[in-house]
Amino acid sequence: MVTTTKNAGPDAIAEREWSRYTPKQRWLRFAMYGGVVLATVWSLSTINIIWPWLWDAPKQMGDLFSRMYPPSLNDWEMIAITLLETVNIATIATFFAVFLSLPIALIAAQNTTPNKLTLWIGRFILVSSRSVNTIIWALLFVAIFGPGVMAGILAIIFRSIGFIGKLLGEAIEEIDRAPIEALESVGASRFKILIYGVVPQVMPTFFAVSILRWDINLRESTVLGLVGAGGIGIVLQGAIDTFAWQTVATILLAIIGLVIVGEALAAWLRKKVI
Amino acid sequence: MTSSVEKTTGHRTWKKPPFIANPAIRWAIILGVLAYVVWAVTSLPFNWERIQEGIPRAIRIFKGAFPPDMIRGELVLQGFLESIKIAIVATLAGVMLSVPIAFAAASNIAPKWLYNIGRATIIIARSFHPVIVAILFVKAVGFGPLAGILTLTIYSIGFVAKMLAERIEEIDWGQVEAIRAAGGGTFITMLYAVIPQIMPRQIGLSIYQLDSNLRASAVVGIVGAGGIGSTLMNAFRRYDYDFALAITLCIIGVILISEAISGRIRRNIW
Amino acid sequence: MLRIKDLVKRYGKDEAVLKDLNLEVPGESVVAIIGASGAGKSTLLRCINRLVEPTSGSIDLNGTELTTLSGGELRLARRRIGMIFQGFNLINRLTVMENVLSGRLGYVPTWRAMTRNFPQSDIDRAFQLMERVGIAHYANKRADELSGGERQRVGVVRALMQEPEILLADEPTASLDPKTSRQIMELLRALASELHLPVLINIHNVTEAKEYTQRIVGMRFGRIIFDSVPTDLTQDAMDEIYAGVPAEERGETGDPESLREVVSQ
Repeated sequence: MVTTTKNAGPDAIAEREWSRYTPKQRWLRFAMYGGVVLATVWSLSTINIIWPWLWDAPKQMGDLFSRMYPPSLNDWEMIAITLLETVNIATIATFFAVFLSLPIALIAAQNTTPNKLTLWIGRFILVSSRSVNTIIWALLFVAIFGPGVMAGILAIIFRSIGFIGKLLGEAIEEIDRAPIEALESVGASRFKILIYGVVPQVMPTFFAVSILRWDINLRESTVLGLVGAGGIGIVLQGAIDTFAWQTVATILLAIIGLVIVGEALAAWLRKKVI
Repeated sequence: MTSSVEKTTGHRTWKKPPFIANPAIRWAIILGVLAYVVWAVTSLPFNWERIQEGIPRAIRIFKGAFPPDMIRGELVLQGFLESIKIAIVATLAGVMLSVPIAFAAASNIAPKWLYNIGRATIIIARSFHPVIVAILFVKAVGFGPLAGILTLTIYSIGFVAKMLAERIEEIDWGQVEAIRAAGGGTFITMLYAVIPQIMPRQIGLSIYQLDSNLRASAVVGIVGAGGIGSTLMNAFRRYDYDFALAITLCIIGVILISEAISGRIRRNIW
Repeated sequence: MLRIKDLVKRYGKDEAVLKDLNLEVPGESVVAIIGASGAGKSTLLRCINRLVEPTSGSIDLNGTELTTLSGGELRLARRRIGMIFQGFNLINRLTVMENVLSGRLGYVPTWRAMTRNFPQSDIDRAFQLMERVGIAHYANKRADELSGGERQRVGVVRALMQEPEILLADEPTASLDPKTSRQIMELLRALASELHLPVLINIHNVTEAKEYTQRIVGMRFGRIIFDSVPTDLTQDAMDEIYAGVPAEERGETGDPESLREVVSQ
């Protein structure tokens, strides 16, 4: 907000101008608006969209949903089994990822890493793990180990290490230095300082992050099957391929149920543990 | 130490108090977890023979993948441009749609019936993984970027509308009352008392969502919703591992750059 | 016997924080170090157990030269030097007992430290010391559930668990209210005589320094400019140590009675 006085003086009040922004701010805003408009125009004009398909989309979606009703319970046994399998993939993978991410978090935190080289190795592992999505990891592991739960578990482990390791590493870097100083002064070795000074301080973050990641992994493992990496996604893909829309509806409802229960359980655990 | 102290204490043992005080519950939990792990690992359908072939296969794949094949750079570039376009359009559509939905889902502004509709919309938009939404859209509107845009629009609504609704619920109510007292109608009140308070958050969220959509577009492409993900999937389907690796490396690079840019802009705004 | 000779500490290229400092602390004496903030009191204490690396000079504790030690030797030397901190520096999420036993970390093997399985002799010593300072009933409480005075007692016991040859206390009472602060000073004086320990206390509160110690060392700009018995600390000496520091920051609080009045107001 700017007021500019044209004629400085006691009775210049009437001639003051007021505007919301300084000229620089205003130009910056116009540039931003312009940039957004240009980006949108460029995207819409060059993207390969067949517009009639878009106008047709509501009808198509309606058609799809009408074919889904009523949900069919014919395959409920298969759905239940794979749903359980999905939970197991998420849980086991989170379990391993948590342990594997501990040493990586330690070497990726500036205050606990042994030296510069290990710091960079740690950060490299975290960045490469985080930048590749679970589904892409799953594609890779399906290519290596063939379709199945193994590929799914490995994909989730590889993606989770980066997530947990990064947040845990940041927690380690933010710990209170004071108790560490005290432990140094009693003559404790680096490892003892780690287990007495660092571990208790990052424990709450450790639990919170693990629970959060388990919740995310539960969602991710519902889609692993679409690239052949196990879980309920395989059944979903099968039902879609055979146009068994009523079964698809049941599976989608099952997934919603799973996600909601998972979220509630995660919230409850968080409250219990921390 | 005086000897009197020693007499009163004698030999006292000390053990760290366990995490869970009640021994019955503690052992039940420990045994339960162990039993679960054993059951889960044994019940999962591992195909051990196929997994054993994995190591030599992995070596072969990585041998095939090195050096990454950048010859078809044109194809990668096309894929990325498409991903970026999908992300831009979906972010814009998602952000615009989330404003009314967020207002509807803010308990301090919307009437009860509208609030329920708003919340339900957000919950539905959030409950499915974008890949599942993408499959449904691919079935409804066919392969290609349109399915990607629709998917990511919903994905954006789920996140942006939720965060924005939370921000609206936290606004300073005094400013609203001030404008009302000055005689502003509902629309004027929104414009002068609510929008200025939520604008910085909305811009931050939009930039974050653009970054997020770019990442997600690489994933939904795998099920046919256009962008670099489709290029990657095609490479995998043709066992074209050197090309697949090249694409993956490019994705990592683009994600890192986009994350850095979005982080920097958001730091400057907030 | 602690003997510090020509100690210099310089951070980077700045002016030295400690300048050719010489100090001898014979066994069993309680020594207070006073001075304005920034005089180098805290740096001096931290140079002794090498939490801060001295730039040059020599520090000798009962025949061991501390400045040249490294790695394992340094850790062995550190466990002979107990330290008490202004902010207590406890591990908040661990129990009082674990905090106390952490004073033994320089002695016990790693597996014992990990499993919290300390030798019975350490546990006996811990209980004795905790009884002595009145916190034994808190053994299984979390450290952050205690009051300030109680937490500092944990800090004192942790330092004593090391079976130290000297005790360093860095503003041990600065975070406490006046009443608790006097209790802790009284405790330090009593423990020093019971355990025949030399104690080096950085202290802001000159009144307490005079009351509880036998020797006062005044520091200014990294040098010792006063070193004598409390009765020699005249107003002139005080003015020299605290020149340019406003009276209310000098830590002179008059007699304890008036102090209590101030608190009760």
